[in-house]
Amino acid sequence: VQIYLPIADLPVNIFVILAMGLAVGFISGMFGVGGGFLMTPLLIFLGVSPAVAVASVTSHIAASSCSGAITYWRRRAIDLALAFMLLAGGIVGTASGVWLFTALRAIGQLDITIGISYVVLLGTVGGLMVIESVRAILRTRRGKPVELRRPGSHTWLHGLPFKLRFKRSRIYVSAIPVCAIGFLIGFAGALMGIGGGFLLVPMLIYFLRVPTATVIGTSMVLTLVTMASATVMHAATNHLVDAVLALILMVGGVIGAQFGARAGQKMSGERLRLLLGLLVLAVGIRFALELVVQPEDLFSLRPLESGL
Amino acid sequence: MIGRALALLAALGVLAAATAPAAAERLVTSLSNHRVMVTSNFTGDELVLFGGIERDAQTVPRRGGYDVVITVTGPRQTLVTYRKGRVLGIWVNVDSRVFENVPSYLAVLANRPLDAVANAEILRRLQLGLDNVALPQRPSANIADSARDDPFRRAFLRLQGEHQLYREEANGVTFLTPALFRASIPLPAEVPVGTYEVDVKLFVDGGMIARATSALEVYKVGFEQFVTSTARDHGLLYGLATSMMALLTGWFASVVFRRD
Repeated sequence: VQIYLPIADLPVNIFVILAMGLAVGFISGMFGVGGGFLMTPLLIFLGVSPAVAVASVTSHIAASSCSGAITYWRRRAIDLALAFMLLAGGIVGTASGVWLFTALRAIGQLDITIGISYVVLLGTVGGLMVIESVRAILRTRRGKPVELRRPGSHTWLHGLPFKLRFKRSRIYVSAIPVCAIGFLIGFAGALMGIGGGFLLVPMLIYFLRVPTATVIGTSMVLTLVTMASATVMHAATNHLVDAVLALILMVGGVIGAQFGARAGQKMSGERLRLLLGLLVLAVGIRFALELVVQPEDLFSLRPLESGL
Repeated sequence: MIGRALALLAALGVLAAATAPAAAERLVTSLSNHRVMVTSNFTGDELVLFGGIERDAQTVPRRGGYDVVITVTGPRQTLVTYRKGRVLGIWVNVDSRVFENVPSYLAVLANRPLDAVANAEILRRLQLGLDNVALPQRPSANIADSARDDPFRRAFLRLQGEHQLYREEANGVTFLTPALFRASIPLPAEVPVGTYEVDVKLFVDGGMIARATSALEVYKVGFEQFVTSTARDHGLLYGLATSMMALLTGWFASVVFRRD
């Protein structure tokens, strides 16, 4: 069934979009990430303009992280104090991201910036994840226990001022890196249409030593609020959020996530991280090819953005 | 569609019979539909234009026969054409041209190739055909290249053609009788909304002798229209509503799939 997406100005097959939502939802449920880093590129490859894709996917991620956050809230696996501190940085980051998005769009360099950001971010994160998880798998093969958290080890981050105690996570860290991480996630999320879960979770674990019990739930709260506010900001400044597209993606996404979560529980953590790492890396490489290989058509056409 | 077309034909016949005598040919045209609705299942449309050439006893006989060129011009739009170039090994937009107030849709339909209808000079003066249509560019650093073989202009025409928004068809007009013709105007799914001008020109022996204009309107209706206008006019409200929708969907899912 063909339906017409009012903002993307594109007729699409509703089942294709629904299937994409289901597939990405499955993956996001399996790995406990938002799935934006997959959904945005898929929409772009489908023909939706990068700007509309980024803006619409933010609301899709808000929906999937909302259902996740509620589940974790019931299990009391959310550190609200930490989430609020991250949010303080996150909202500022989101606003800056939307501002840069608007500015780049006005000078016609938005698509390329999204492309380069994907290559750099996904390449680095994917590569690190693959290396780390392969090491972990090899370690368990050799029979050594996996070290997940080293509570005694302190880094220079712990020497910063404005220290705060986060009771539920049982950590005592400075507010500066917490806000900085929130800022980074909000910024990247608004600019690239990613929730940032796959970035945030490792950062919280490695830099702030947040325990695994609260890390995913807390990251989902941050994702939820940054993505919901990114939706509002994108809609208010760029008028690019396609609610019809977003709704179909959401419905597919939340259903897929449930099945994904069940499938994910059957796999070991290292194996999951390896798979996720490979996936992230693959998307990064796909974007890299797009940038390096000479495009078939050197010319492109865009309506002139207002305010120029 | 066929029934409507036949009714049109009949109406034209009546019109042609009823009009007052004139010295030269007169052109009477009728469109199958003046209002095209873009709904959620819109995948394009096709309009039919019928035209009759009205002659009377005083009209000189034409040996060469008639030629018809129909130009359908969509609402004006300002577009930017970007050109990619290699910078530090990656392909980025390095150059651009702004095309100001150019047609968002342009169809040129004729009964034979344009250069057979009239000579290049006349075509240029009447701006007939994709080669001759005025595509004003915003003044840029090198103004010299707004000529007809400007690569940006060529790319612009090609890209619009790929989206089926610009087209030139040398066999788009069919003569049913020597004085009666029909043409179908294809509107692709991506057709922009707004008012379209339909300009029909009648040629004899390379000269234009009559002209008829009409208009049609493409508009979004129902839910599409509501979403588009809300997104544009009440961005903040629209964003809040979309966010609420996302939160509700998420909440709903967590209730439906609750396992603990």
